[in-house]
Amino acid sequence: MNSLKRLSGFLWILLGVGAIYLMAQQAGVEIAAAAKANKGVLDTKMFWYIIIPIFTPIMLGLCLFGWYAWKGEYDQIARDSEHLV
Amino acid sequence: MSDTSTQDAAGTQGLMKVIMASSVGTLIEWYDFYIYGAMATTIAKQFFPQDNPTAAFLAALATFAAGFVVRPFGALVFGRIGDLIGRKYTFLLTLLLMGGSTFAIGLIPGYATIGMWAPVLILLLRFVQGLALGGEYGGAATYVAEHSPASRRGYYTAYIQTTATLGFFLSLGVILTTRKVLGVEAFNDWGWRLPFIVSIFLIAISVYIRLRMAESPLFAKIKKEGKISKNPLKESFAHKANLKMVLLALFAAVMGQGVVWYTGQFYAQTFIERTLSVEFEQVRYLLCIAILAVTPFFLVFGAWSDKIGRKTIMMGGLLLAILTYRPIYKAMYNLADPKAKTEIAENSSVSKAIAVAASGDSTITTTTVKAFTDGSSMKTVKKETVLADKSKPVPKAETTKTFWLSSFGFWMMTLFVFIQILYVTMVYGPIAAFLVELFPTRIRYTSMSLPYHIGNGIFGGLTPFIATRLVDASKTTENPGGDPYVGLWYPILIASVCFVLGMLFLPSKNDENVMD
Repeated sequence: MNSLKRLSGFLWILLGVGAIYLMAQQAGVEIAAAAKANKGVLDTKMFWYIIIPIFTPIMLGLCLFGWYAWKGEYDQIARDSEHLV
Repeated sequence: MSDTSTQDAAGTQGLMKVIMASSVGTLIEWYDFYIYGAMATTIAKQFFPQDNPTAAFLAALATFAAGFVVRPFGALVFGRIGDLIGRKYTFLLTLLLMGGSTFAIGLIPGYATIGMWAPVLILLLRFVQGLALGGEYGGAATYVAEHSPASRRGYYTAYIQTTATLGFFLSLGVILTTRKVLGVEAFNDWGWRLPFIVSIFLIAISVYIRLRMAESPLFAKIKKEGKISKNPLKESFAHKANLKMVLLALFAAVMGQGVVWYTGQFYAQTFIERTLSVEFEQVRYLLCIAILAVTPFFLVFGAWSDKIGRKTIMMGGLLLAILTYRPIYKAMYNLADPKAKTEIAENSSVSKAIAVAASGDSTITTTTVKAFTDGSSMKTVKKETVLADKSKPVPKAETTKTFWLSSFGFWMMTLFVFIQILYVTMVYGPIAAFLVELFPTRIRYTSMSLPYHIGNGIFGGLTPFIATRLVDASKTTENPGGDPYVGLWYPILIASVCFVLGMLFLPSKNDENVMD
């Protein structure tokens, strides 16, 4: 189970980075398309200006989670609060 | 009766008082927060420019989302205060902030009167609401959990978990009653303000109750012993051991719970009302019935989690949601799809009315009423403006559609919403106990509040906003209605990632000792 946890860490890092890239790429494509069609430019910009700043730090958090998993930090989950702090 | 059983009874009675006092305030805060969401369409018309109704609706949803986005900041600010000065006074403060801002929303003049100031003020007040709610929930859940015995913590904290759903129910009930009493015209004109204004009285009652509450015994104990954290923020997030648990709570539990919560209660409403065009009152009635019927299950799953563990129930709810969302929404769509129904020609009608304004412009209103064999009906109103000045561009015709479900359709739709909220009770019922058990007392308020409000507030709260956007983006010239189910991919994807993470990483049993 621990090997699976460690291996999956790489997947979470990839997922976090991939999500950031996809968001940025999709925002670029949609904003450009809206500007070209001269339709819904404000709506499109508003959507992405909300989504990107909110989800980028969260996805970085997912990468950090993946990194901890990769390094085996979650092999033993603290069951006693004394081991937490 | 033996001394022990008398003491137990007195203890349970005292605990129920604690739970009720905490729950009433939390319920009112959720009411304040959701009253905005429940009236998103009305608010869009009042506070945002109406040149483009979709833009106005999206802007209203964005403002709604703003309330969710700032919740994690509220969790940090008030979580810190709660871990430093105590649970009781912190959530008294959040209650006052929430009530004050809701009351103020009810008083702001509309876009027609003060222009752009209207959406700006609404946005600011939504920020205050979000901050207050960010501080409230963690405090209330911590407060109840710290009073509860370990063997029944899931059950007792589940009372706090009912408050979000009941707050939503209360907001729907107040809106329906106000609309019924005042009539649709007066409600749309000024009556929509009343549910916001009423909040000030609810808050006054709640403040009175909370002032009579004592501080959490665990917090009082560590305060007496001088063990309060000097910097709970630093302790929560700068220590790797704690940060690891914060990340685990967010990605392996709360993020999935958030999307299931908001799909079942909010996206379902958006889908039925906007995509299916079901009539305003029918939507709210069916939501109210489903919510009322499903609420006891929060306690059932909370209590069950004390016996079989929190993880099994939460992951079970996530898996059911992932597997059944699409079939459920397809079945919901079929209930209100006029193309799938047989029209009764003799009961259908088309009428036309022409109104000529002083400017010479005329408005042609075509009303089409269709009755179907299953008892459902649909009204389509098309408004076309013919300008006197032929050199000006012809304005786009406006079409509004209202669908009335048949009696069978109404109850089936209620059942589908009930099932979705049942998943909510599975993922949300045990989660307060789960989070409380994950963190020690000295940093509990801060540590549990942040993942909760990112997962629930951001991943969950943005569900209607993102899903509506996905549906809009799927609209093409060939398919102007777009793919009605494409919005579901967002909650399904997030819930799936959370399910895999939860199954892999979450422990079957948390630390039951919360007195540390």
